[in-house]
Amino acid sequence: MCPPPAPAPAPAPAPVTAVGRSVPRREGADKVTGRARYTDDIAVPGAWYGKTVRSTIPRGTIRSITLDPAAFDWSRVVVVTADDIPGENVIQLIRDDQPALAHREIRHREEPILLLAAADRATLEEAASHIRIEYDVAPPVFDLDDASEVFSSVEIRKGDVVEGVKDLEDVDVVERTFRVGLQEQLYIEPQGAIAMPEANGAIRIIGSLQCPYYVHRALKRVLKLTDQQAIVVQAETGGGFGGKEEYPSIVAVHAALLARKAGRPVRLIYDRHEDLAATTKRHPGVITHRTAVKKDGTLLAQDIEIVLDGGAYCTLTPVVLSRAAIHATGPYSCPNVRIRARAMATNTPPNGAFRGFGAPQSLFAAELMVEHVAERLGMSSVDLRRKWMLRLGDTTATGQKLTESVSAELVLDTALRAVAPNRPTAQPPIRHGRGLSIVFHGSGFTGSGEKKLQGSIGFEALGDGTFRILTASTEIGQGTKTIFCQLAADALGMSLERVSLAPQDTSLVPDSGPTVASRTAMIVGRLVQEAAEEIRERLKRERPPFKVEKSYIQPDSIHWDEATYRGDAYPVYAWACTIADVDVDMTTGEVRVTDLVTAVDCGKALHPVMAEGQIEGGCLQAVGWATIEEIKMKDGGYQNDRLATYLIPTALDAPRIRTILVENPYSRGPFGAKGIGELPMDGPAPAIIAAIHDATGVWLDEVPATPERVLAACASR
Amino acid sequence: MRFTLNGAAVSLDVVGTRRLLDVLREDLRLTGTKEGCGEGECGACSVLIDGEVVDSCLVAVGQVEGREITTVEGVADGGRLTALQQAFIEHGAAQCGICTPGMLLAARVLLERTTRPSADEVRDALAGNLCRCTGYTKIIEAVLSCTT
Repeated sequence: MCPPPAPAPAPAPAPVTAVGRSVPRREGADKVTGRARYTDDIAVPGAWYGKTVRSTIPRGTIRSITLDPAAFDWSRVVVVTADDIPGENVIQLIRDDQPALAHREIRHREEPILLLAAADRATLEEAASHIRIEYDVAPPVFDLDDASEVFSSVEIRKGDVVEGVKDLEDVDVVERTFRVGLQEQLYIEPQGAIAMPEANGAIRIIGSLQCPYYVHRALKRVLKLTDQQAIVVQAETGGGFGGKEEYPSIVAVHAALLARKAGRPVRLIYDRHEDLAATTKRHPGVITHRTAVKKDGTLLAQDIEIVLDGGAYCTLTPVVLSRAAIHATGPYSCPNVRIRARAMATNTPPNGAFRGFGAPQSLFAAELMVEHVAERLGMSSVDLRRKWMLRLGDTTATGQKLTESVSAELVLDTALRAVAPNRPTAQPPIRHGRGLSIVFHGSGFTGSGEKKLQGSIGFEALGDGTFRILTASTEIGQGTKTIFCQLAADALGMSLERVSLAPQDTSLVPDSGPTVASRTAMIVGRLVQEAAEEIRERLKRERPPFKVEKSYIQPDSIHWDEATYRGDAYPVYAWACTIADVDVDMTTGEVRVTDLVTAVDCGKALHPVMAEGQIEGGCLQAVGWATIEEIKMKDGGYQNDRLATYLIPTALDAPRIRTILVENPYSRGPFGAKGIGELPMDGPAPAIIAAIHDATGVWLDEVPATPERVLAACASR
Repeated sequence: MRFTLNGAAVSLDVVGTRRLLDVLREDLRLTGTKEGCGEGECGACSVLIDGEVVDSCLVAVGQVEGREITTVEGVADGGRLTALQQAFIEHGAAQCGICTPGMLLAARVLLERTTRPSADEVRDALAGNLCRCTGYTKIIEAVLSCTT
């Protein structure tokens, strides 16, 4: 049969172009009126409250679990142990090493052992107080120096760091070791999930999360569910920053196990204390550079060693390590490079995804290394950066030839033009200082990640003349909902009001891949654009409703060899130059970042206000990491596991941040855009340490630059 | 006990030692007030009691007998967004939005008391409300845009 061509619907009046305009955020009105529903805001009739009972020792084995029958009526609660798990006792991720509930072995102090649910919180607490867990204690490993189990290792070689400098005269070698500490994501909404048993053995999860399909896969394995029986819905989510990439799988699996056994909905909402104590942090690490240069500053060789602390389980550590290693040279062109990186297991709670994903750690070291080499040579570090920086046609450490959208010099010049001249000398005990950094950050998954993942979206042209995007990419504050609609509207040639997003519900939308890795706007956004363009064409001949599906196809020009770590590590890089002004109080050692200027090449600012906002938030998170955010360890746990003791910057601590967006388009990004979600986390820390040196004359090799460290460095000079 | 909530009289039979935050969220289903830390550090649970910004996680509901409480749900003027709410949307002051209810209330008090606050005064007024998304820049811009 061959129906006559359907007349196209009357075209909408020529729209004002949406891309590049700062249109109102889609869910903005809900967020300013209190109508937006986050996980804990959702009322579920009959739901019980859940609780996680955790280990109190960092390493050992469980000898016995006793529920005191005399002290408490256990019929008032539901108790779940590892024995109640219907499927596999494993949290699905890279390695199958992390159990949903400890069966016997304990590898960190916050290891979940047992779950409880009760009708009210008081009963829950009472029950928990009558559980006794006895252990056989084993000696824990907390120090990287003592760690022997390797989660993963990476080696990148370009040229030859030994042969490349042999027989050359006038070569200087500068060596320095840098340390970076733990950091908490500190999304303001703690982790939480509600699990609801449904008909046919299905379980519905509503949760605060970045990656619905990560949770979906984790549920299927532990609860032994089919694709259809596991349903994951993202509620409005109060920040993520990587902290809600992998951890929500644990919360959701726990809630689901309780709901299954209780036969009723269960709410498992962490309080801040539990969230700080138990959830993943940024990987701490030690990074050593040996850099060989000629007297004129010519860069000859970079020999870099990276050791990251993964904590007790593997989580996403190998991918974090990979990103750390690939960015370790900084945005510089060097003929001879050797990067040896490894991630170790210890008995601290597992570390995991956090904005930047290893790159802030290795770029911190790389950018300070430029300063140290410049100092040795008696050169300006800005001049040295110009001499070294990656330019169009250069190759990176993995041998990736940069063929477009290379902006190290562009962002440097833009930032330098934007800052006021250096401030006059301050009055004692305050000293002023200024520091600069240049960073690059690969957008999208590393290497073959996008190819393996094949993120998908659907795009519906509906009968009423509206359009609906089906994607699992989540809105966590960064603007996914708004920019996807902007991209779609322009690609369709329709007004913005006619485009909407389906809910992030695994029973409705395909797996677009996780909302991580600076990939959502660039990779998934491009699929949205392509789908909309296809729909626009089909509308010329077909009458809606109909649907288009798009999956990521790796361009032929991208080559990556996982075995040798050679090739195109990322589709493209975003670039930033950050200039920090600090005040250092020489009597107290206190560092105050007063001004931060950052010039960012984002390819194309799809929504300038949101792009600036994301950059400013990332910069402040980096300022916190560089100055005040410190986690002190004691017996394998975090000592400052409350918001009263883990401090993040307030409005009073925050510098004036000025963002300058520059647009050096990427041919395969949507309307030229590149991912910038993580980039702003990379630059501020080294710029601040350089500014502290400018103010005080001393170099810190470690963040955060706490008053104690600043005073100690000044005293030892 | 009785108090005024967003302009309307409320009469409740509750244990006076319960947190105001829980009574608002659970008994009255006003979930715009958020819990970020439960110990008065983050300001996500900010409400106004007789026009003062207070962390509702630190207030026993018995303490608000006869007093006037405003939550984020009471900010919009008969369903119409106020200039401040509008400014938060336009300036990108709300990203994930979890701190927004508290921020709006703290900013509203500042604007009621100071017609033309400086940027530093805005920072001071918002210092009890943590935001992890924005770096505060857009929030400060939004508040300052309402000061003419």
